[in-house]
Amino acid sequence: MKFTLSWLKQHLETDASIDEIVKTMTLTGLEVEGVENPAEQLRPFTVAKIINAEKHPNADKLKICTVSTLDGEKTIVCGAPNAKTGMKVVYAPMGAYIPGADFELDKKPRNIRGIESSGMLCSSKEIGLDEDDIGIMDLDKSFTVGTPLAEALDLDDPVIDFEVTPNRPDWLGVDSIARELAAAGTGKLKTKSIESIKGKFSSDIQLKNNALNECPVIIGRVIKNVKNGPSPKWLQNQLKAIGLRPISALVDITNFIAFDRARPLHIYDADALSGNITVSLGKEVKFEALDEKCYHTNTEDVTICDDKNVLGLGGIIGGSSTSCNENTTNIFIECAYFDPLTIRKTAKRLSINTDAKYRFERGVDTGFLMEGLDLATQMVLNICGGEVSEIVQSGEIPAPPKIIEFNLSLVKSLTGLDISEDKVMQILSDLGFKVENNSVCSVQVPTWRRDVTEGADLVEEIVRIYGYHNIKPVKLPEFDRTLLHDNTIKQRNSIHSRRALANRGMNEAITWSFVKHSHAKLFDGGSDDLLLENPISNDLNCMRPTALIHLLLASQRNADKGFPNVALFESGPIYTGTEPQDQHQNLAGLRRVVPRRSWSGTKIVDVFTAKRDVLSALNSMNVKIDNLQSTQTTKSYWHPGRSSRLQMGPKNILADFGEIHPRILKEMGINCRIVAFEIWPDSIPPKKKNKSKSRQELSLSDLMPISRDFAFIVKESVDSKKIIQAARSADKGLISGVNLFDIYRGEGVEKGYKSIAIEIILSPKLATLTDNDIEAVSKKIITSVEKSGGFLRV
Amino acid sequence: MKNIETIKDKYTSIIYKTNNLKDLDNVRISAVGKKGEISSMMQEIGKMSIDQKKQMGPLLNSLKNDIISQIDQKKNELETIAIDKALENESIDMSLPINLSEGTLHPVQQVMEEMAVIFSNMGFSIALGPDIEDDFHNFTALNFPPGHPARDMHDTFFMSSENNDIKKVLRTHTSPVQIRTMIKDKPPIRIIAPGRTFRCDSDQTHTPMFHQVEGLYIDKGIHMGHLKGVLMDFVSKFFETEVEVQFRPHHFPFTEPSAEMDVRYERIGSSIKIGQGSDWMEILGCGMVHPNVLRACGIDPDEYQGFAFGMGVDRLAMLKYGMPDLRDMFSSDTRWLKHYGFGPLQQANLATGLS
Repeated sequence: MKFTLSWLKQHLETDASIDEIVKTMTLTGLEVEGVENPAEQLRPFTVAKIINAEKHPNADKLKICTVSTLDGEKTIVCGAPNAKTGMKVVYAPMGAYIPGADFELDKKPRNIRGIESSGMLCSSKEIGLDEDDIGIMDLDKSFTVGTPLAEALDLDDPVIDFEVTPNRPDWLGVDSIARELAAAGTGKLKTKSIESIKGKFSSDIQLKNNALNECPVIIGRVIKNVKNGPSPKWLQNQLKAIGLRPISALVDITNFIAFDRARPLHIYDADALSGNITVSLGKEVKFEALDEKCYHTNTEDVTICDDKNVLGLGGIIGGSSTSCNENTTNIFIECAYFDPLTIRKTAKRLSINTDAKYRFERGVDTGFLMEGLDLATQMVLNICGGEVSEIVQSGEIPAPPKIIEFNLSLVKSLTGLDISEDKVMQILSDLGFKVENNSVCSVQVPTWRRDVTEGADLVEEIVRIYGYHNIKPVKLPEFDRTLLHDNTIKQRNSIHSRRALANRGMNEAITWSFVKHSHAKLFDGGSDDLLLENPISNDLNCMRPTALIHLLLASQRNADKGFPNVALFESGPIYTGTEPQDQHQNLAGLRRVVPRRSWSGTKIVDVFTAKRDVLSALNSMNVKIDNLQSTQTTKSYWHPGRSSRLQMGPKNILADFGEIHPRILKEMGINCRIVAFEIWPDSIPPKKKNKSKSRQELSLSDLMPISRDFAFIVKESVDSKKIIQAARSADKGLISGVNLFDIYRGEGVEKGYKSIAIEIILSPKLATLTDNDIEAVSKKIITSVEKSGGFLRV
Repeated sequence: MKNIETIKDKYTSIIYKTNNLKDLDNVRISAVGKKGEISSMMQEIGKMSIDQKKQMGPLLNSLKNDIISQIDQKKNELETIAIDKALENESIDMSLPINLSEGTLHPVQQVMEEMAVIFSNMGFSIALGPDIEDDFHNFTALNFPPGHPARDMHDTFFMSSENNDIKKVLRTHTSPVQIRTMIKDKPPIRIIAPGRTFRCDSDQTHTPMFHQVEGLYIDKGIHMGHLKGVLMDFVSKFFETEVEVQFRPHHFPFTEPSAEMDVRYERIGSSIKIGQGSDWMEILGCGMVHPNVLRACGIDPDEYQGFAFGMGVDRLAMLKYGMPDLRDMFSSDTRWLKHYGFGPLQQANLATGLS
């Protein structure tokens, strides 16, 4: 919402500077977004007079003007056809910035076809005021030479732009802004009261209202024999200053009242009406509006019709068939109250935004219908003349807001502030609230403040005006640590696992929660319920099934920029459905398989790099790595022969890792093999609550451990982990470690088989092992491994 | 029996001439080994008379000790020479490069941890809620009536839906976690809720996804003074410097009274300094929880009251650590991640400083 300082001063008696006004506005909740003074860019320009204008000897279209300026007499070459002797003009000195043309004049006289020209005479377009450009500005003869142009044109008037929050439709009128400032002590409210105007005859246009829910009341009156034309200069200037285009006196009057009092009105050319005016819910029809567009109304829209046609959408936009023009002599002024929700629905569906709609959808003052109509009537009479009819009305003006029983102690209880009762009363009454003081106050909320419905709202009003800066900061009460939430495990797991991965040289990224639908499908997701109705782009239209998708795309982007060694991870949510329990935490990471050359030998990135990544992360989250089971992943986007799943028992699936399926890479345009992992930290079984922090006692044996090597031949398809586990389980008390140190294929080992060499560490606890003991445990190991499909290599 | 002196001289001379460890060991064997010359002489003591024993015993012992000592000394010399000699061939170019880990943590995650540390120290615990929300939790319960213009200001992402149910949304703020917590728990409630939030907006200063941290404290007698105290404390701790703040009235449907908090800042060239200067920058919204919100969660506003606040994590990260463009946060450019990221051992805590 924009308004000028001079407009404000029509409602507020104040000597406050613009800075003070802006500060008060900001501190009472009217957030100022900008202050602009058009005079700023007019600073270099002053009034000058052409003493003599004659044709340039060397150019047909140029004139040599001798100009009297505040810098003395100047010779200026000018190309404007209207430059003539005696004219008062806009003078720009040398070096001045010309805003409308966006250039700076030379600092020295400029030679134009043999004549030195010192400065420039400007058009209104060149100084940034007007678009129509028929030559240089022809100023009023009464201005004296040297007067600053801004002063001469009455443009030294700051324009303030501020944010109107949706709860305060009243701020869309300058009078309400003045009321706020007056309440806050910056000036005195002086909005003129409006006299009621008696009609001289009864209106020959009647109102009918068939949509009382959507339009509780509509009033109006006829004014005959008006003379519509351009509105007076002051009105035009006032509208122009806030960026509105003057159209005609009648239109300008309604625009003025919309911004002066937040009261939209509509004026019909009465002679273009057929019969009476009816408000009703629309039919399926088409009509042409004032913006020259055709709109299709439906049964949810409030339409204003005469006996034949749709005249407009009530509260949103009028129709072109009954709009006022220079020939309009008889008019009907409409003033109504429309239901905000209905207005919003229609305007949203038809994508119409007007100043009227903006006000009605937020709610206009129900206490200002009669006065609004009278103010408009008065202005029409003043500017256009005419004879006024009596007011016609259909429907009832809505009742004022309900009275709030307000306990004054609420002020202190919500804010900690001690504000005297007198001060509270004064603030409320300054803001237009009517207070009856008993044991509890009864507060009548003004009709323009339907946002205020209970005590807390009143407290805000009081403290807002009293000043938030007066609230004293207070320390919080002590807290009971036993009430702390149990999300700490998740937090700790996130903190530790992300650090474990970063420690392994990976870079943490954060990527979008939404992905391209086709990509989601490639990664076993993309069900229809996860599609966005209004995505920001079609590449981001579906909630992701895994964090890997954007990491893959990012890895390729980095490679394309010349940085192929990518190791990224992300900890973030994934979605399997739209219910809260369908959201899961995902810790995913990947590396591009790019060999890194080094003087110490090429560093290979392979699935075991990813395995180290995934196990480091799991280990950091206190998962017992030795207890994990390896199974086949059920996801289709992993390489079938180079991937694995890690789980604890049949239910807790903790992670998948390996190579991404080459088909997926191809479809996503990734030109390099990728090893990756995905962890679902939510699946890590929680530790038992209240478990003692004390660790199990450590018992150390003084006896030396010994080691024995074995080699087993197994089928290629047998996982080495199975052999290790089989060996280990042969004697859990004695075997403290199994170290796989070699895998051999080739001579001596049948094709389709491999030889696995393991070192077994035996840690006796009671007595040194005898040869017999060692022999016995060796037998157990061999038997156990044989059960798992391996036999001793001899 | 040979003259002891002669034997001693003989071995002294041999030891002196010996110049490698293997020969020296042979000398040791031939002199004091089990069957060595001196050992054999000592064995003969057994056959001697008591008087001879008394004379020869100490002499032979002394000879043996002397020779052993000489051998040990020579051995030590030879070993030192051997080490020195080996060193001549053991030099390595120590300037060869090794690659240190370049792993980093994302600054937004780091800043969320910093916030969690500050607030947990004030007794707030962490609460989480889903990103895909329903209309009730994201709007209605937060006192956005259906059709209210304030809803439009949120640029909401809607989930597509086949039937005519009210569409689910991507949460536009972390405030729905307030609702979920208040419905689930009884006051006193003291939580922060960090997480992802979404708005259908994308330009230089807006990304369709961003992060917020929400705060909520509901108990008896909690008022705006407490709110002010918490946030003033927070902002100085977060920026790790004394920061002057200003509270301004504002409007949020879910708080009453509502406020925005500004901090002092100064623009120096392209960088921004928080805490000093003459300008104010808005950094968060807050207020007393609206009675309608409490009612929607089954809490009696006549008994309990409290405050809520919400702030944009990404923007605060940019202000603290000087990242110029919000959009880079989510583009996963490894150069950016390495430059603005944090080392893996960097963990926010109040004992060693936040950052």
